[in-house]
Amino acid sequence: MAGTDPIHQFNIVELFPIGTIGGSEGEGGIELAFTNAGLFMVLSVLLISSYLILSTSGRGLVPNRWQLVSEMLYEFVANMVRSSAGSEGMRFFPLVFSLFMFVLMGNMLGMFPYFFTVTAHIIVTGALAVFVIGLVIVYGVIRNGFGFLKLFVPSGVPVAILPLVVLIEIVSFVSRPVSLSVRLFANMLAGHITLKVFAGFVVMMSSAGLLGWLGAILPLGMTVALTALEFLVAALQAYVFAILTSMYLNDAIHPGH
Amino acid sequence: MANEAIAVDVAQADAPDGAAANAHGAVTDPLAADAAELHTSTEAHGGEEHGGAFPPFDPATFGSQLLWLAITFAALYFLMSRVALPRIGEILEVRRDRIEGDLAEADRLRQKTDQAMADYEAALNQARNKAHGIAEATRGEIRHETESSRAAVEADLAERVAAAEQSIQATKTEALKNVDEIAAQTAQAVVAAIAGKVSIADARAAVAEVVKG
Repeated sequence: MAGTDPIHQFNIVELFPIGTIGGSEGEGGIELAFTNAGLFMVLSVLLISSYLILSTSGRGLVPNRWQLVSEMLYEFVANMVRSSAGSEGMRFFPLVFSLFMFVLMGNMLGMFPYFFTVTAHIIVTGALAVFVIGLVIVYGVIRNGFGFLKLFVPSGVPVAILPLVVLIEIVSFVSRPVSLSVRLFANMLAGHITLKVFAGFVVMMSSAGLLGWLGAILPLGMTVALTALEFLVAALQAYVFAILTSMYLNDAIHPGH
Repeated sequence: MANEAIAVDVAQADAPDGAAANAHGAVTDPLAADAAELHTSTEAHGGEEHGGAFPPFDPATFGSQLLWLAITFAALYFLMSRVALPRIGEILEVRRDRIEGDLAEADRLRQKTDQAMADYEAALNQARNKAHGIAEATRGEIRHETESSRAAVEADLAERVAAAEQSIQATKTEALKNVDEIAAQTAQAVVAAIAGKVSIADARAAVAEVVKG
């Protein structure tokens, strides 16, 4: 039944072990291994880097189509960072670009059958989100000192309701890493499960004779439509992750509302 | 979950043995192979049943994922920030500079053209003014010349007219004087015919008296 099990695609398979840190082998220690997740992370980094570096190796004044794609990705993310975090935010441009490309490539590789979706694991998206928010806090405090706390105190709010507003601002700030990570994770997870469930229907129904063959057309159509939707979601979620990162970094640079 | 943990334990406990066996020349190799087989089959079994945690929430895999995420993302960031992005940025910069340079050059050439046009217009105007001046001067000269020659001709004509008038006047006076003489002679003749001789002097006096009267 592994063929139609919608959860099977998220299994982490150990390819070769590396070792255990913290405590002895087995109990209490954290096992480290090269898994299929690691393989696909390495693969996506290799693909991104080799594409961007090889396509621009000609440094053409008039770009060919490969170079044009690299330039478009660059300008797309650069404009996104500049419009949401200002020209000062451009120091984070390599970071936002790396995040965008990593998430985009992770999502897109997940669209290949039998491939592993790196971004459908909460620990990966959570780590990226915590890293982003951590960077926002650290950079915000280094740059603004206590002024960073102005982020929680919007200007022009009457004193009477200020405590409430501050509370809301703090809650919204704290929920950012959660929403940032869960949004991406849940989108990828749910999308892939739905896709697999509908594809599983096709297999199950087609094994039930002629009537099943005819009945399988409907879930097949759904699978095709969902595949298109998932490509959209894959690109959109990478964009959302990157633009939210830029906006949070903008808060670190300009804490006043 | 329990199955998996045992399998992993067995495999890990066995790993040094396997290494040792390899080092010693495959004496205990079948044992290692067995353990490996057990490991994979158990894991596959566990995977199929997913009797453990839902894979995305299985903490046992978090360490490995975080390790590889850190390694790969750091590598990606390094490659992007050091190699790929500066290169693309440079390409775009060079292109922008080139376009701006070309535009500036075009603007410079256009200004040069405008200047040349203005110079040409100025020269043309100057030449036109000069030609106008020459024409004006020539016309004035000609007019002056014509005026003077016409004045000379008119003076000459006036002189001639005056001379002619004078001669007419003289002739007229002469003629008038002759008229008196003729009248006197006619009167003498008429009187002689009618009343006898009269001296010419008396006739003249009588004519003069009539002319006066």
